[in-house]
Amino acid sequence: MSRIGVFICHCGENIGGTVDCGKVAEVTRNVPGVVHSVDYKYMCSDPGQNMIKEAIREHRLTGVVVAACSPRMHEPTFRNAVAEAGLNPYLCEMANLREHCSWVHEKGDVTTEKAADLVRVMVEKVKRNHPLQPIQVPVTKKALVLGGGIAGIQAALDIANAGHQVVLVEKSPSIGGHMSQLSETFPTLDCSQCILTPRMVEAARHPNITLMTYSELESLSGFIGNFKATIRRKARQVDEKLCTGCGLCTTKCPNKKIPDEFNEGLSTRGAIYVPFPQAVPNKPVIDKLNCTFFKTGKCKVCEKMCPTKAIRFDQQDELVTLDVGAIVLATGFKLMATDKFPEYGYGKYKDVLDGMQFERLASASGPTAGAMKRPSDGREPETVVFVSCSGSRDRAKGVPYCSKVCCMYTAKHAMLYKHKMHHGKAYVFYMDIRSSGKDYDEFVRRAIEEDDVSYIRGRVSRIYEEDGKLVVMGADTLQNGRPVEIRADMVVLATAVQAQDGSEQLAQKLHVSYDPYKFFAEAHPKLKPVETNTAGIFLAGACQAPRDIPETVAQASGAAAKVAALFSKDELTREPQIAVVNRLPAPTFSYCVGCFLCQSACPYQAIEQEEIKGRDGSLIKTIAKVNPGLCQGCGTCVATCRTKAIDIQGFSNEQIFAEIMTL
Amino acid sequence: MTEPFEPKITAFVCNWCTYAGADLTGTSRIKYQSNVRVLRLPCTGRIDFMLLAKAFARGADGIIISGCHPNDCHYTSGNYHARRRWMIYRNLMDFMGIDTARITFSWVSAAEGAKWAELVNEVTTGIRAMGPYTEYKQLANAGVE
Repeated sequence: MSRIGVFICHCGENIGGTVDCGKVAEVTRNVPGVVHSVDYKYMCSDPGQNMIKEAIREHRLTGVVVAACSPRMHEPTFRNAVAEAGLNPYLCEMANLREHCSWVHEKGDVTTEKAADLVRVMVEKVKRNHPLQPIQVPVTKKALVLGGGIAGIQAALDIANAGHQVVLVEKSPSIGGHMSQLSETFPTLDCSQCILTPRMVEAARHPNITLMTYSELESLSGFIGNFKATIRRKARQVDEKLCTGCGLCTTKCPNKKIPDEFNEGLSTRGAIYVPFPQAVPNKPVIDKLNCTFFKTGKCKVCEKMCPTKAIRFDQQDELVTLDVGAIVLATGFKLMATDKFPEYGYGKYKDVLDGMQFERLASASGPTAGAMKRPSDGREPETVVFVSCSGSRDRAKGVPYCSKVCCMYTAKHAMLYKHKMHHGKAYVFYMDIRSSGKDYDEFVRRAIEEDDVSYIRGRVSRIYEEDGKLVVMGADTLQNGRPVEIRADMVVLATAVQAQDGSEQLAQKLHVSYDPYKFFAEAHPKLKPVETNTAGIFLAGACQAPRDIPETVAQASGAAAKVAALFSKDELTREPQIAVVNRLPAPTFSYCVGCFLCQSACPYQAIEQEEIKGRDGSLIKTIAKVNPGLCQGCGTCVATCRTKAIDIQGFSNEQIFAEIMTL
Repeated sequence: MTEPFEPKITAFVCNWCTYAGADLTGTSRIKYQSNVRVLRLPCTGRIDFMLLAKAFARGADGIIISGCHPNDCHYTSGNYHARRRWMIYRNLMDFMGIDTARITFSWVSAAEGAKWAELVNEVTTGIRAMGPYTEYKQLANAGVE
């Protein structure tokens, strides 16, 4: 006979303010099998947990229902408490009275009735719970970091310094990411490459880090502690071992008209190229789409020039399979596509740039070696207009969120311009200035007060060209919307930060959630900011939401700490909610008839065949058997089984039917 | 005077997307009608059509099935199994005399708190207009009670 204890939590006013908890406890007391039913202000507090423990001992409870918040929040808390009182933790279930009831309904009898229903559902379920033992699985102490920008580099270095092996995968030919493209960084104006390149080199030289550049994740299987990742190493057409990085091939390539991605199209490169001088690894790669040999079958100049004979035109993509225990996602962001701004003439006028192009223009390693020259004619721009919120906070452009970094980098851009062109005029059109960060607001004030940048509060409606000038039509909303017209030489749009291309596909490969804007979703917006819903996969940087560098680095270190904690144990415990095949004494042995429909339905290949043999060794029947190491407990097999021979522990047919019967 | 009809809605949701999405509805304090009772399952792939038949037999007036969007299943393909089963069982349920218009199949992700509230309100309002569902209950329980 079941002896169930029910504990109703008020959660302060959160539940108690809407649901009559005393009444729920009272009603529940009459449910058959319930021997103890109480309500309390905060069940998760120490006194609350002690109440549960004492009741287990005093009333010899065989099951516990805690009616409080979502089990996704506090299930581990209460299962631990139950275990401390000597009861199997899997004999504790939670009824979700907060997220699914009190927070979403108005105060009243109907809501209290619903709360009582939800409690009753769990009482009937827990009556049918069985003691379960967590499954121990080994941990592969090797991490996979996807993305070689500052987030990935920082995470890889921190994990490697904790003494674990790391594979750092980057899709482009060099690590460094967007940070390597920046000229200076806010709020200190220190040179981005000067602070980044030592980290890049450290990552490349670290004995615990294996660098895989020009590579992408092909597929992933497995689970926390035991992932199997397949990485596609794209063919560089260059033997990395033989290549010395002398760069002779890149100077001799006859095809020199290809827009340079690193310089955001402001300069050109050859078909064989090193993305930028400080690239790590400093080995060239052949751009097959633009290489004359790959297009026409003739050329091979680079091969003839190479002193070490490192060019390999026959090199093929290679698939590498890795066993890893944890994954850090650090795939970064992209800027909003340029074709979204016809009203600003982006793409039509050469002197309308986006923020990253201005970074390259201002950078000492950029196409003008840091000199302020406008792209169209190379003249020094006497007047520059910066337009913040180009796309961001604009529902019409599909980006209602704030891109977070633009206010700061626009102030920085205006300052960099003024520092190089003291006599020039810099205007910034803005909606609001968002500069909350250490020394951030001081930085914006410095741009306005010391560097004489004119800030105009209002939007720009249109930009058009007239007599070699860009006419910027805007409004000053601090002067009753007075129209403003500025004849500029160059315009810089602070375009919106968006999720990296292919984020959706990557999320689907990894089974992590993502938001409507394709940014990866954290497991909890406040308390689990670096975890994903998939155990063992962590987030760092702008792949989660727009982030600046200090935040990205902090988050990367946070993700690395999570990985290091995971790797601190040799084995980890997994929830035992897995499928089992029914077994019976002879002569039935099992309800299973060996149709193996479950095998075809299982996404994890966790169903094996088991032969049942008689004493003489003759085969009696072949039935299904679940490999507990592989089963993830989705239950697809249970719904497929024709004879109801396979069931899932914790979500069994008996339990769910009992839940339905209470309603 | 009889009381106005309040439908009984049973929701079968997966743990990873819709249950988490419904949690987000709560965290965001978005209000919705209280007729729904959520049953948590690991995955929509776990949903056996007998569960639906049983829920109607017990007197549910409407059923919501909701899980991860196609391609986003935590278990890779459970939601595809659920969808395919639904396509197949719909005819069988029609044959059994179950009013399939009372079953709503939807996708609500963990980030779609507002969508969950909309879904529940839409279904509740729809079922309220359809009236109580007694036919199958009587059929299923004929000779039992």
